[in-house]
Amino acid sequence: MSLKAFHIVFIVASALLCLGFGVWALTGDGALSVAAAAVSFLVGAVLVVYGARFLKKVARTGYIAGGKL
Amino acid sequence: MQIPFTVAPRPDTGVNNAKIGVWLFLASEVMLFGGLFSAYIFLRIGAPEWPGEIGGHMYERASDILNVPLATLNTLILIGSSVTMVMSWASLAMKRFDRYRLYMGATIALGFAFLIVKAFEYGEKFSHGYLPAENNFLAIYFVLTGLHGLHVIGGIIVNMYFMWPGARMWKTDPKRFTNRIEIAGLYWHFVDLVWIFLFPTIYLL
Repeated sequence: MSLKAFHIVFIVASALLCLGFGVWALTGDGALSVAAAAVSFLVGAVLVVYGARFLKKVARTGYIAGGKL
Repeated sequence: MQIPFTVAPRPDTGVNNAKIGVWLFLASEVMLFGGLFSAYIFLRIGAPEWPGEIGGHMYERASDILNVPLATLNTLILIGSSVTMVMSWASLAMKRFDRYRLYMGATIALGFAFLIVKAFEYGEKFSHGYLPAENNFLAIYFVLTGLHGLHVIGGIIVNMYFMWPGARMWKTDPKRFTNRIEIAGLYWHFVDLVWIFLFPTIYLL
């Protein structure tokens, strides 16, 4: 597995962690927990967008190892 | 004498020797951390209360004793460092050595930031007398996070080598140097991925 493939795996795992952390934060009480959950979901969404853009870029440019994952 | 297959893929494996080597090493690391995660599971299954009694207080959740905000900050730091690590490698692939230096420097700085935050977290525990010998929860917490921290230190040392003395190879053999950064990046991503599993397991569940 190349670094770019491993990077995509890592970003997917990180996005799932953000989702899980957000759900965990919602189990707490108070506005701080809701804010933490919101930030976590937002970071997760940013990671999904970043991962999709990264995947598209390495597939399109092929500047590394002929564009193959 | 030229060492064969340091850049070009071997016909029988389909990848170069460095990549095979680092994946074999990472497989052994999976077994090391996997064993410790198994120990965590068995300790937790066997414990009547988790984390249990620490310093005369009964704790029902790990998040009551551990500093979740600091660990969350460390998670964001490591995610960021993985992005800068892959960008440093991509910069070399695009023959932008100046950008490589920038991204690799950022990766090293983020690695140090992780360790500083971790030192604060450990200092907080030590100041309350929460040591590994206190109970099983703290023992497995310090073993898992401590071993992970040692891996981060190892990664920083490797990255610092490639930032300064090892970077001379860029002038003599740029393809091989780019390959070396990919190998270092695979290790760094593995260490970061371990934290992605470790953080919810230890701090949240």
